[in-house]
Amino acid sequence: MGRRRSFGDLSYGLVIGTLATLALLIIVAPVVIVLTTSFTEGRSIKFPPTGFSLQWYEALFDPSKSRQIHRAASNSLEVAAWSTAFGMLLGSMAALGIARNRHRLARIADGFFLSPLVLPGLTFGLAALMYFTLIGFRPSLNLIIAGHMIVTIPFILRTTTASLSQLDPALNDCSQSLGASWLYTLRRVTLPLIAPGIFAGAFLAFMASIDNVPVSLFLSTARTDMLPIRMWGMMESTLDPRIAAVSGVLITSAFLLMLIMEWTVGLTRRMRE
Amino acid sequence: MKKLAEWQLALPLALAFASIFLAPLLMLIGVSFFNDDKITQPGFGQWAKFLGDPFSYKVIFDTMMLGVKTVCATILIGYPLALIYLDASPRVQKVLIFIIVMPLLLSVVVRTFAWIVVLGREGVVNTLLMQLGIISEPLRLLQTELGLVISLTQIEMPLMLLPLISVMSRLDPNLRDASAALGASRWRTLFTVIVPLSMPGLVAGCLLVFASSTTAFISQTVIGGVRLIYLPLLIWQQSLVVFNWPFAAVVSITLLISVLTVVSALSWLGRRSGGYVHG
Repeated sequence: MGRRRSFGDLSYGLVIGTLATLALLIIVAPVVIVLTTSFTEGRSIKFPPTGFSLQWYEALFDPSKSRQIHRAASNSLEVAAWSTAFGMLLGSMAALGIARNRHRLARIADGFFLSPLVLPGLTFGLAALMYFTLIGFRPSLNLIIAGHMIVTIPFILRTTTASLSQLDPALNDCSQSLGASWLYTLRRVTLPLIAPGIFAGAFLAFMASIDNVPVSLFLSTARTDMLPIRMWGMMESTLDPRIAAVSGVLITSAFLLMLIMEWTVGLTRRMRE
Repeated sequence: MKKLAEWQLALPLALAFASIFLAPLLMLIGVSFFNDDKITQPGFGQWAKFLGDPFSYKVIFDTMMLGVKTVCATILIGYPLALIYLDASPRVQKVLIFIIVMPLLLSVVVRTFAWIVVLGREGVVNTLLMQLGIISEPLRLLQTELGLVISLTQIEMPLMLLPLISVMSRLDPNLRDASAALGASRWRTLFTVIVPLSMPGLVAGCLLVFASSTTAFISQTVIGGVRLIYLPLLIWQQSLVVFNWPFAAVVSITLLISVLTVVSALSWLGRRSGGYVHG
């Protein structure tokens, strides 16, 4: 009996340990491999890379050789900044308005605002393309900003709602019974307390916008090229080694941004909630 | 002046959603009921064309199966990792959660590109296997479903792990000790205590991974290539290559309905299992 159980526990540790190690390997290895290959000396992407050089980074940062990539990157940054800014404004207003409201309509609206999370992005992307074209809009960055705001706002709503629900309602009552106006209470009590939640959501929304494919695929044109779409183009034809350098830049910046967000607003804690 | 009711703060967002989310989706449904690509003759022609073609059903089936396979693979290796996380010290937990969340913030295109480097003809796997003398010819891993499922497993893994970990961390650790003290083996504790109690997280993870992998256009086209056809590729071809918008609308509504059907079935299961556990 005792022997059998220890055998069972041993096999448990072995199986679970092996599978978990495999999971960690699968998560981490590709990222490390891409980072390493981006420093290759060779003309093509291979692992292990031959020698060490910064040639693909030089090619990437060369303004004349990589003008299209630069343009796509700056478009992506611009769209992400604006859609996040609008999303923060409309999203935190909506969260303040309905997060603590138990009314049926408020629950329905909440579900509606979160629905872009599960709705296939491609369906919305195509719908937006048809809609904007048929009502007569010309393709522009503004339309992409509008589309990105819709698909990224759930991130802001979720974290803001979570921090609002942890807020003690007594704080509000105290402030108001002490004579503070609704706006003053909002400005001096509520907003400072939920600000980390809003910023954590805004960060996720920003990253989701930078990364967005389904909406950009349909709404961007040659003039309003977006970074992920350009990178897709670089992989689809012949594999352009500069993509390894772009990846290197993106990996490094995601890593640094995540460290900063972890220190300032406790990002991972909020994502687990 | 009347005091502003709090719920009115949600009005601007409601307006934005009505005009740039709901209206386009309604228009998409409208466009699907036109016979010609100039969108002038209303009719059911495109629906008849899509639903009358056996090829359509194969694409729908393949797309859903891709989702199912990815979900199974993420559970198989993701669940054990969540268990390890649960047993780890707070310090190790911090590192683990960082490693798990990190890929989520990394562009899908970068993650897809990484798998080209790993699975390609001159990729890591082939180089390694050839040097070890296990194979003499490079294996074809790109443009196969196996390669695509492996890649999607990594790409979607955080979506499985985050809900799992958040539910599992709230479990009472005494439950496991009690189960062990009553003589249950660790396997038995896993399947009769931990798995049922973590069901809500597991279901949420399945739901997210399924919805994301069935619509992962970039990974599907770049790693799957043009020979493996899934609904997203069909939508893209019909709308941006052939410019048959009504047909593209039909396919994307099909994608929407198929994904939402599976997602609602899963969340129904989740609610039921939640009731079972607490009941």
